[in-house]
Amino acid sequence: MEKTLSIVRYNPELDSQPHSQSYQVPVDNSTSVLDALLYIQEQLDPTLAFRWSCRMAICGSCSVMVNGIPKLGCKTFLRDYGDEVLLEPLAHFATEKDLVPDINVFLQHLQQVKPYLINPEQSEQPHKQSPQQLAKYRKFANCINCGLCYSACPQFGLNPEFLGPAALTLAQRYNLDSRDQGKAERMPELNGKNGVWGCTFVGFCSDVCPKHLDPAAAVNQGKVASATDFVISMFKP
Amino acid sequence: MQIIQTDVVIIGGGGAGLRAAIAAAEADPECRIALLSKVYPMRSHTVAAEGGAAAVTLPEDSLEQHFQDTVAGSDWLADQDVVDYFVSHAYQELVQLERWGCPWSRKADGTVQVRRFGGMKTERTWFAADKTGFHILHTLFQTSLKYPNIQRFDEFFVLDLLVAEQQVAGVLAMQLSTGELFHIQAKSVVLATGGAGRVFHYNTNGGIVTGDGMALAYRHGVALRDMEFVQYHPTGLPGSGILITEACRGESGVLLNKDGYRYLQDYGLGPETPLGQPENKCMELGPRDKLSQAFWHEQQKGRTGDYQGHAVVYLDLRHLGCDKLNERLPFICDLAKSYVNVDPQHQLIPIRPAVHYTMGGIQTDVQCHTAIQGLYAAGECASVGLHGANRLGSNSLTELLVFGKVAGMEAARHARQSRAVPEAALKAQCQEQLQQLQARFGERQKDTVAGLRREMTMAMEQGCGIYRDAAGMQQCLDTLQALKQRYQQLKVGDRSKVFNYELLQHYELGFGLDVAEAMCASALARRESRGSHQRLDAGMNSRNDSDYLQHSLASYQADGSARISYQQVNITKSAPAARLYGAAQSKEA
Repeated sequence: MEKTLSIVRYNPELDSQPHSQSYQVPVDNSTSVLDALLYIQEQLDPTLAFRWSCRMAICGSCSVMVNGIPKLGCKTFLRDYGDEVLLEPLAHFATEKDLVPDINVFLQHLQQVKPYLINPEQSEQPHKQSPQQLAKYRKFANCINCGLCYSACPQFGLNPEFLGPAALTLAQRYNLDSRDQGKAERMPELNGKNGVWGCTFVGFCSDVCPKHLDPAAAVNQGKVASATDFVISMFKP
Repeated sequence: MQIIQTDVVIIGGGGAGLRAAIAAAEADPECRIALLSKVYPMRSHTVAAEGGAAAVTLPEDSLEQHFQDTVAGSDWLADQDVVDYFVSHAYQELVQLERWGCPWSRKADGTVQVRRFGGMKTERTWFAADKTGFHILHTLFQTSLKYPNIQRFDEFFVLDLLVAEQQVAGVLAMQLSTGELFHIQAKSVVLATGGAGRVFHYNTNGGIVTGDGMALAYRHGVALRDMEFVQYHPTGLPGSGILITEACRGESGVLLNKDGYRYLQDYGLGPETPLGQPENKCMELGPRDKLSQAFWHEQQKGRTGDYQGHAVVYLDLRHLGCDKLNERLPFICDLAKSYVNVDPQHQLIPIRPAVHYTMGGIQTDVQCHTAIQGLYAAGECASVGLHGANRLGSNSLTELLVFGKVAGMEAARHARQSRAVPEAALKAQCQEQLQQLQARFGERQKDTVAGLRREMTMAMEQGCGIYRDAAGMQQCLDTLQALKQRYQQLKVGDRSKVFNYELLQHYELGFGLDVAEAMCASALARRESRGSHQRLDAGMNSRNDSDYLQHSLASYQADGSARISYQQVNITKSAPAARLYGAAQSKEA
């Protein structure tokens, strides 16, 4: 059978604004949105621009809005949709071309939270870390940086300076790691005006996360840490 | 054209490239490092590695044993000085990753957990559930953010290496978001561009794995070594080729044919091990080449099943139970559910071999030097001499780290000691590339990039598959040469500058055709069977050490097929012997 994909296209060299273009694609029970996009690019229109690579939901490239909801193209199947499907570039990011968003702001936010282990000890042996200690942060270490949560986040939509779900989750991932000593270095950024308190706990970020790692929970754990940090700082000279 | 001056250029932001960048940054804080990648680093294909990374860890294990497993696994085509270096530096690199935060799976006492892997005598594979490559890549990427002297150029595509007087002088690259060209001048260049699995039709690789770096070096006269050795992973999903990790079998998963029979016992890997009690180097824990070959034989015998038109066998994980599957193989369960609608707790996963890994690559020595001064290569794009005719699972993630580090340090050292090549010498080369770029545009004719690419991948699948013969390979080579002719006339119709993927894929196809031809020509010239290169022709279906205990070297010829020559294998202590698995190796031990 066939379905109609309506794709919002934009070429900054030619178009003053985005416009929609429709394509008929053959689908079966296993056809993903990415499969359909590849079909269009290979068979119908080589000018269609979109990112992709692993096609197994781990590289985080092929994020796209499907009927208004942020999705990974490779893990979204057309069998679950009607005869017409609308594809748009990720919301809340500027669009570079067609379905390619400019995600540099997201990468800057990642960098801002110091997402690496901070621990000055040197050793030629591994740390010990119990499965329980690992379990505390492991879920939050599964973020594939696909950016869906930024498209779902109304706060990021209003204020692109807001660090946003994935960056705050990553900060929490390191803060919760028993091997890390960098929490104090991260807290100013998390406490700042674009940190955890920007989140109004809508929770849509967790709904759209393709890895189910619950960024809303991470952000709100961060609020507790931030509040604790504030109380402690009041009593410290 | 923008001109940028730096010290070290690293091409590729996957595991090897990031490890090289960090090594260079640590070796010399003054060293300016430009990390170029055609995708954001965390999209690199290292991300899809699942099973783990090998290093001698347990008290009952030894470097000697890891060495022996690797050399035997390679069918004695590995360079033994390289294997020595590798096994003795593996552990410290995995510890380094741990010190940088990699969430390795743990035992109850907090020490690092190791799992069984194919062809390995002892458990020595470190893992982070079944997303080891993902965690390694993200740990390296995040750690790289600490170093101010690493400057990233995300979504930059390298069109050419700039070389003058056999010395590298930088790269010419295109920024994909603007189409603008950048002449990046550097004293050292590290190629870390990954493999070339996408020159085959059915593969486990991401769309970006197109052999770019191999072709870049090859066209400048660096030999591609051992290119005939292409690894078919025994367990990919039918159709898509999505990888189902060997760790499934490490955790005791078994392979069944359509009759529910554990067929590996018929191929020198038995006797059958009891369900839930895997034995190292036996049955499902045999090496990948032998397992993929066993599938081929089952298919010949009509004992494979069918999944939507694809011949398949079945991976049985049901006996692992819910808890173990969730703890050790959660990603596999998710992939099986999403892509073949199977719940591994209750159902068999249909699987079949798919091209997975390019054992060969850019010829380097143990210090990652290529034949061009200042040019280094590491990771899957390189042939440092570690894998020979068959790579053991979980050796390549460790390879990225061990040799990524070496390449980064060597590149930084070289950059300190050498002077930049005068710019004038490079102008002509840049101009020529600019002209070649312009010549790619034109009215689209009957041929398309996607169409030619499909013909190439199908030809490779048919001619250079698990079993090969002279007629099939010759036909493949003829097809590739005809495709190269048609490629010369192939035009890019899209003239836009911003994210012109038709243009990008046009370049990638050109790179892929050169790499595919090197693979096929090397395979045709090797008139024996060894490791992953198996021939059906009479007189060539066994190993022939007297003539072919040698690396193949494919050299680029602008006007014809690759020229093949040979290089001695470095054998230091392990003389070639029979590869023993199953009962035979137990007896030996």
